[in-house]
Amino acid sequence: MKVNGVEHPAPTDARRLLSDHLRHDLGLTGTHVGCEHGVCGCCTVLLDGAPIRSCLMLAVQAEGHEVTTIEGLARDGEPLHPVQQAFHECHALQCGFCTPGFVMSVVGLLAQHAKPSAQEIDEGIAGNLCRCTGYASIRRAVDRAVELQK
Amino acid sequence: MKPPPFEYHAPTTIDEACSMLGSQEDAKVLAGGQSLVPLLNFRLARPRHLVDVNRVADLDRIYQRDGGIAVQALARQAEVEDSQVVARLCPLLSSALRLVAHRVIRNRGTVCGSLAHADPASELPAVLLAVGGHVIARSVRGERLIAAEQLFKGVFETTLAPDELLVEAWFPELIDPFAILEESRRHGDFALAGVVRSGQHLALFGVAPTPVLADPQDPAAGLQPSGDLEATPEFRLQLVRVLTQRAFAA
Repeated sequence: MKVNGVEHPAPTDARRLLSDHLRHDLGLTGTHVGCEHGVCGCCTVLLDGAPIRSCLMLAVQAEGHEVTTIEGLARDGEPLHPVQQAFHECHALQCGFCTPGFVMSVVGLLAQHAKPSAQEIDEGIAGNLCRCTGYASIRRAVDRAVELQK
Repeated sequence: MKPPPFEYHAPTTIDEACSMLGSQEDAKVLAGGQSLVPLLNFRLARPRHLVDVNRVADLDRIYQRDGGIAVQALARQAEVEDSQVVARLCPLLSSALRLVAHRVIRNRGTVCGSLAHADPASELPAVLLAVGGHVIARSVRGERLIAAEQLFKGVFETTLAPDELLVEAWFPELIDPFAILEESRRHGDFALAGVVRSGQHLALFGVAPTPVLADPQDPAAGLQPSGDLEATPEFRLQLVRVLTQRAFAA
């Protein structure tokens, strides 16, 4: 499977979840693991460009596919991805635990709707839980990301 | 490791998948995994074999058949939601899909998987029942058609045999007034109660061990919904009455 553009061998154990494979085997600890049953959204990554829950997929299932994690959006030294930049500018995080998942979900949302309506933004981030911000700054960050992506 | 031990199989043809399901004791089909993998992570499900059908070829089509829409086992919910032909022939299905969890889940989850999982509080089984659709089950013994009324047997239980693979769901063309309404605590959660209207047909979900057909004039008749932290049985009955009224007022 290709992770952030680099080819990696498949895990040997079929029981390995994609989330655990990314974190424990590949050291990509930017993907956070909250609930491990698909409710919190922290572990969201892109599979062939579409956001999915990495805790609800076996790593062996990603064989032959392309996975993008938060580390793959902007490499060290590169300017931040527009969505990351927008979260930074709008203070769309406090503790930051949920942030990688939100960023990946919003990247997916903007790939689907280049200019999402307020309702589309709400629906796009509804699958991610944030216990700090109250979501207002995250909504603003999505609007800002739309501007930055122009 | 979160999931309990299992032997993993990844067939590439339907026949291969069916022969695995037919020969392995205690095998479970893995499609989108959005219901099965949480059950594995919680170790509530402990199948000895997992037959992952995601690499089976030609099983992801959405196409017109017999005056309706056929959705194959690997068609993702998001693809069906975005499908123009589904929007044209069965807009009720498009509307229902927008109520299923969240887009990120629907990118992976499948329509057929939701039907086979048969969660009594989920939308798609009730839609299939309301419109009078069917599913096609395949095994080494052959293929059979199961009408929606015959499919749902109990909580998370269908009449599919352990060796059968649900290869396709079929929804007839919808011409009547339709609606799907539900009430849940949070957006994307399973419904406390929900109603599906297709013409003069009414199906309810979240209020019985399976989705059930009901009389639009007296939708709560004979129902004995369970109560939990989120809703009492009386509240669920009230939701059924109010949502039915709204669905038939339109």
